[in-house]
Amino acid sequence: MDRTVTNSRSFANPLHAILLAFPVALYPSALLTDITYLNTAEIQWTNFSSWLIAGADLFAGLVLAWALLGLFFGRARHSKSRSMLYLIVVAAMFGLGVLNSFQHARDGWHSVGTLGLVLSILCSILALIAAFIAYSTIAAEKRA
Amino acid sequence: MIRLAYLALPLTIALAACQVSSDPDLDQTGERPELPEQNDALVPAMEIPTPEGWGDELPTVPEGYTVSAIAQDLRIPRQTLVLPNGDILVAEGAGGKAPKLRPKDVIAGWIKKRGKSPVEGGDRITLLRDEDGDGQTDLQTTFIEGLDAPYGLAFVDGTLYVANQGNLVSFEYTEGATSIAGSGTEVTKLPAKINHHWTKAMTASPDGSKLYVGIGSNSNVGERGMDVEEDRAVIWEIDRETGASRIFASGIRNPTALAFDPWNEKLWAVVNERDELGPQLVPDYLTSVRDGAFYGWPYSYYGQNVDPRIKPARPDLVKKAIVPDYALGSHVAALGVDFTTEGGLGGRFGEGAFVGMHGSWNRADPSGYKVVFVPFRGGRPSGEPIDLLTGFLKNGHARGRPVGVTYDAARGVLYIADDVSNTVWRVAPQNAGPRSVPRGVVQVPIDTPSTSTQTGAD
Repeated sequence: MDRTVTNSRSFANPLHAILLAFPVALYPSALLTDITYLNTAEIQWTNFSSWLIAGADLFAGLVLAWALLGLFFGRARHSKSRSMLYLIVVAAMFGLGVLNSFQHARDGWHSVGTLGLVLSILCSILALIAAFIAYSTIAAEKRA
Repeated sequence: MIRLAYLALPLTIALAACQVSSDPDLDQTGERPELPEQNDALVPAMEIPTPEGWGDELPTVPEGYTVSAIAQDLRIPRQTLVLPNGDILVAEGAGGKAPKLRPKDVIAGWIKKRGKSPVEGGDRITLLRDEDGDGQTDLQTTFIEGLDAPYGLAFVDGTLYVANQGNLVSFEYTEGATSIAGSGTEVTKLPAKINHHWTKAMTASPDGSKLYVGIGSNSNVGERGMDVEEDRAVIWEIDRETGASRIFASGIRNPTALAFDPWNEKLWAVVNERDELGPQLVPDYLTSVRDGAFYGWPYSYYGQNVDPRIKPARPDLVKKAIVPDYALGSHVAALGVDFTTEGGLGGRFGEGAFVGMHGSWNRADPSGYKVVFVPFRGGRPSGEPIDLLTGFLKNGHARGRPVGVTYDAARGVLYIADDVSNTVWRVAPQNAGPRSVPRGVVQVPIDTPSTSTQTGAD
């Protein structure tokens, strides 16, 4: 059976992909600085986490807006269910990220704690899932 | 995962809405304040009464007293001092250029700014003179210019001492002068790195040999790291002649005003305690300051109540922490203290300490925003604080915020600096006139009802 790929494109357009790159990089970075803070109690590491999460939240918000618009106004170039799943993942990432910002706004040792660490882990995982969905290629296949 | 997504956003909003509210039954003043459980909410309570003008109205005084504005259009008046000839000096300025270390600092700074006067700090001292003794200012003029957020003032033996946010300077004073040129002679530098809490409160020892300067912490609870807390949250004792300094007391988070009591000649301070442990933690306090004492910050509060936010913990220091004398209430932001002498303002305000309370922003129900009187007996606080000057809040707006308080013994009146309406208020017993008028006449109508109430309650 011959298969010819006639039309292959990514789920996310390039600008959208760039926006998503920030949460993908920043949430895991914050997770690392959180872990370092918990290991050292050196205050600067939690300051780093705060800024990394704030930056990640900003771009996660933009990605979320994009995902929403894409769901309602996007051309039907890919399946609705995939768009829905993507939206859910991005919304969860953004929501938990904002929560994590508040957590990291607490002072001193309470700025990370179990909650901060768990939120950083969840945000990192969600960012990676979102990236898998967004960056994998959609191949429209045509049977010859 | 789907459930998580649907929960995430409303959860954030819900968290913002559900803050721990204050328990009005909790007694947080006096020698043994009730301390609730710690609650450093995810979104700390914040309520900023924004400034509004007084119109034709005035702050509220108890019956038998009058209040009037003796200076207006000042530029962030903080502390006042009465010179031997009766002239009043007003230190004006706003310091603190602490860098924003976290996104939180940016947001909190913006929120807090809404509760402040938009006027820029004067970095100067203004002189007020009442020439004919009618209680009104006849001359309001700039006394010293070019200072750097002056706050603490002291006058010893013909010399005026001014505590800028970064150094202590002295000026030779000639009786009757209405201005002094220059920026003074530096006595000593004061700790000024970051200056998160920038105010440098000051008083002189009764014998005039030492100056005491309050140096606030560089953070709420050490969240800028303990490296920047060297020589912070301390009271310095400075030799007036040489400028040599030593730490007199430590762990005293933000000592915003200092005064010696006239009975035992002990040093007292009003101190602003830490935020974000809940609306009713930690009470600000008034305390006599013991030489060498450690008051807990940042490791513990109100004695040995450990603050878990500071790591590594220091149980060795917590063990040494002593309990302050008298709680003033949580987040009242006491910024002024002065003692009565010679009968004070009479009546219930005869013997004790006046405390100016700038007012809270870190709790949903505003506290402070008034001047209270802490009655003393035998040189110790005795009884609940009594409201002296109130009415600063109206319909959720702040018409003023009291800062420094100065008792003028020669005239038997109290001056209050207000850094939102940029005013100095004068509170006097009604019909006081000159000091020779027998004060008992004024006291009678005020004292009687309160005495009978107490008897009934007992």
